[in-house]
Amino acid sequence: MSFADFLSLGPLITLCAAAVVAMLLVAAWRNHRIVYSFSLIAFGMAMAAVIPAIKYIPHPVPPLLVIDEFSLFNSGLILVSGFIILLLSFNYFEEREERKEEYYILLLLATIGALVLVVSRHFMSLFLGLEILSISLYGLIAYLRARERSDEAGIKYLMLAALSSAFLLFGMALVYAFTGHMDFPGIGAALREAGYLPVSVMAGFGLMLIGVGFKLGIVPFHMWAPDIYEGAPLPVAAFIATVSKGAMLVLLIRFYQDIHGNDYPMLWWIVAIIAVASMFAGNWLALTQQNIKRILAYSSIAHMGYILVAFLSGVQTGLEALAFYLVAYFITSIGAFGVVIVMSSSLQDAETIADYRGLFWRYPWVATVFTAMLLSLAGIPLTAGFIGKFYVVLAGVDGHQWFLLFMLVINSVIGLYYYIRLVAAMFAVPAKGQQTTVVPALPMAGNITLGILTILLIGLGVYPTAMMALIQQMMRILV
Amino acid sequence: MILLVLILVLFGAALLSWVAGVKSHAASRWIALCSLLVNLGIITGIWLEHTHSNSRWWYQFRMDWVPHFGISLHLAMDGLSMLMLALTFFLGALAVLISWKEIQNRVGFFHFNLLFVLCGITGVFLTMDLFLFYFFWEMMLIPMYFLIGIWGHEHREYAANKFFLFTQAGGLLMLLAILGLYFVHKANTNVYTFNYFELLNTPMTPFMERWLMLGFLIAFLVKLPAVPFHTWLPDAHTEAPTAGSVVLAGLLLKTGAYGILRFVLPLFPIAAADIAPVAMLLGVAGILYGGMLAYAQTDLKRLIAYTSVSHMGFVLLGAFAFNEIAYQGVVMQMITHGISTGALFIIAGALYERIHTRNLRQMGGLWLRLPMMGSAAMIFVMASLGLPGLGNFVAEFLVLLGSWQASHVFTILATIGLVVATAYSLRIMQKVFFGPCDRQYAMPDLNGRELVIIIALVIVICWLGFHPQPVLNTSQNIDYVIR
Repeated sequence: MSFADFLSLGPLITLCAAAVVAMLLVAAWRNHRIVYSFSLIAFGMAMAAVIPAIKYIPHPVPPLLVIDEFSLFNSGLILVSGFIILLLSFNYFEEREERKEEYYILLLLATIGALVLVVSRHFMSLFLGLEILSISLYGLIAYLRARERSDEAGIKYLMLAALSSAFLLFGMALVYAFTGHMDFPGIGAALREAGYLPVSVMAGFGLMLIGVGFKLGIVPFHMWAPDIYEGAPLPVAAFIATVSKGAMLVLLIRFYQDIHGNDYPMLWWIVAIIAVASMFAGNWLALTQQNIKRILAYSSIAHMGYILVAFLSGVQTGLEALAFYLVAYFITSIGAFGVVIVMSSSLQDAETIADYRGLFWRYPWVATVFTAMLLSLAGIPLTAGFIGKFYVVLAGVDGHQWFLLFMLVINSVIGLYYYIRLVAAMFAVPAKGQQTTVVPALPMAGNITLGILTILLIGLGVYPTAMMALIQQMMRILV
Repeated sequence: MILLVLILVLFGAALLSWVAGVKSHAASRWIALCSLLVNLGIITGIWLEHTHSNSRWWYQFRMDWVPHFGISLHLAMDGLSMLMLALTFFLGALAVLISWKEIQNRVGFFHFNLLFVLCGITGVFLTMDLFLFYFFWEMMLIPMYFLIGIWGHEHREYAANKFFLFTQAGGLLMLLAILGLYFVHKANTNVYTFNYFELLNTPMTPFMERWLMLGFLIAFLVKLPAVPFHTWLPDAHTEAPTAGSVVLAGLLLKTGAYGILRFVLPLFPIAAADIAPVAMLLGVAGILYGGMLAYAQTDLKRLIAYTSVSHMGFVLLGAFAFNEIAYQGVVMQMITHGISTGALFIIAGALYERIHTRNLRQMGGLWLRLPMMGSAAMIFVMASLGLPGLGNFVAEFLVLLGSWQASHVFTILATIGLVVATAYSLRIMQKVFFGPCDRQYAMPDLNGRELVIIIALVIVICWLGFHPQPVLNTSQNIDYVIR
């Protein structure tokens, strides 16, 4: 490995080293605060390590990895998200009984898995990243094992993830059998040379899509999402909703671009059907939910559908829209989970709508943040979500995908209903005498984090130009 | 720059009155009132300065916002915008005044929402960038949703949700159409822009033009509202607090009418001409159907809400008549309807404060107790049925005169609407103020504050009726699409 390789892979190497050190640290001295601080520092260093890597891009590390603007941007996004989730984790776990320290090791490992996915350009590294991510998530999901639903969630995720990995492997094998390549550009070139999509490769892609679709939580591989969101500790749910899904999405884009997916209408149609089904299923099923975590789970299924619309537009704007939407979605999802985390007490997570009834009159600040996040999810102006949705629609119109756009519009309206229902509950005026006088203070760190997220959210909604310029620059290499 | 000030004053005041509301309710109210009066003053100044000017656009302001997409902060004012803004600030100030006693909890947040709605409406009337237009269009919704949902009557959540979903669905269709236009323009000129002036006269195929026009038109028809998209209106108007009803009926509906005049007709002249018979049919249907439903209501606010459907039918009829007289009538109708219906809602609100019911069956004979309110109601009921000497007469007369040139059948049918209007309007007076008095209510007549509001409204409606020339002169200077 050359020096440039080292610098380019800096974020990844930093986190790997940190995971090992954290493990030793826990073995030597079990202290929640120390592990927490160490993880924060590790994430900070990894984020800092992104900066020297910029100088060397695009820098392939053959044959497995590639560091370019696209992967670096997404690495940064994942690291920042992980950092924010970490900030929100401390109080949440401090209030719980179980041993807390291993959580941070697992979180570091899961982030490593996500980073590997983002930089990989080869079946081997894909699988490696995916498994590091999945296996850490098994542990993370069932981390608070004394709670009733966490075992169920952990086992469910374990079974389904293992199954989907098997499908993914089989799919890869089929693709390899025909093309003789495991690196994405090689597969693309082999297919171009063949000039058609043979059945075995088609089947291979289909099987791989099961593996990918499972991680993304898109229909029909979405069944796990609500149960796991409900059973997992809240920061972990936030992590699954953002980092895990985002990393997989980045990989999907790279793969699709490298094999020139737009050349094969069949592939396009499969993804289009999945996108429409995800939008409808997500929004429709969210309508009647009473549990915030489940609502967020279904809403994230629907949002994956929106993202796929941008993906399918087949134009340059579409990829930009996707990246922007992803950023907005990250901020919004972490913010929404952050509110739930902040509101949860040590006894129980604040997860039913009833917990939020009249919240605005008790905790105006938290309710305002939550409202901003929900409105962003619904795509209302002044928020990043609005610009994101606008960008997606723009891309769709640019690519003349009118059918998908109409589906998106219909779904936006359906989606609006349940977001608004939540907002309405928060602003409901409590009946007289029902008002609680005791208002426990909320954790400071959580509040500050929420504040930063809200500023980001509104900042991107009001002045998106800088972020757009950045995304545009980074997406240039992909087409 | 002055245009940006109009928006920023409201925005700043919105935040300020929220903050101030925590400490003192009165401060919050005064801040809201003062900001609106300041804006009203600015607008009056602008109007006086430009009464005799013949220039098309009085003010322009432009600043890049997202250059990547060709989005700019582009505001401009002409006669139409000016008239709409004058109405906005006038009714806004009255809305603050009328809530002085009615709203007693969450005062700061109430005024924040009220001013934020007005801020969004101001933006809609001023912006000349289609993206920005959509931005403001959506921005009006959330605070309005809260106004209905928090301070409304019994079924407020249902009404608020319905309102929000209807208008949002329409808005998204408009977004699609805006983007469609954006790319059609790009395909022709290779320039990405949302600028209204550049998008005018974009050449496009008839097929494309029809669909894009429909996207805009449906959004505006929902807002207007026209039959069959009107079902959100009675619920929202009935359940909203008085100030909310005034803003809804007086201003929010006008954004739909404004959108048709400003965007649908100039941007898609050919497709709009093609669809004119259908639009006029919807207009006439609204006039008659709204009027008939109004007659059948037992809830006073619901009745007034349906009269809005009826009156807005005239706007639609006139807008698609494609001649100047009809357009002037439409502009006039927008203003006078805002005043007269706003006034009726204010009276309904004042009555509700006193007798705590909106049910017409429980009213009757109130003239004896409330002579002043009765006479005020009489004036606005007469305005609503189109009595000569009051503003609405001028408006409806001009619309009918103009639409006669476009279609005789529709005009005759619309004229029947005036008879229906007489029926429902007189029913209001008869059920509320005349007739036997079953119940013994003891209550005060209009107090000083309410008197100020009512007198201001009466002066304006009479002025518009007797001397509409200044308004007509101002609304003359608009680029109408004439066939």
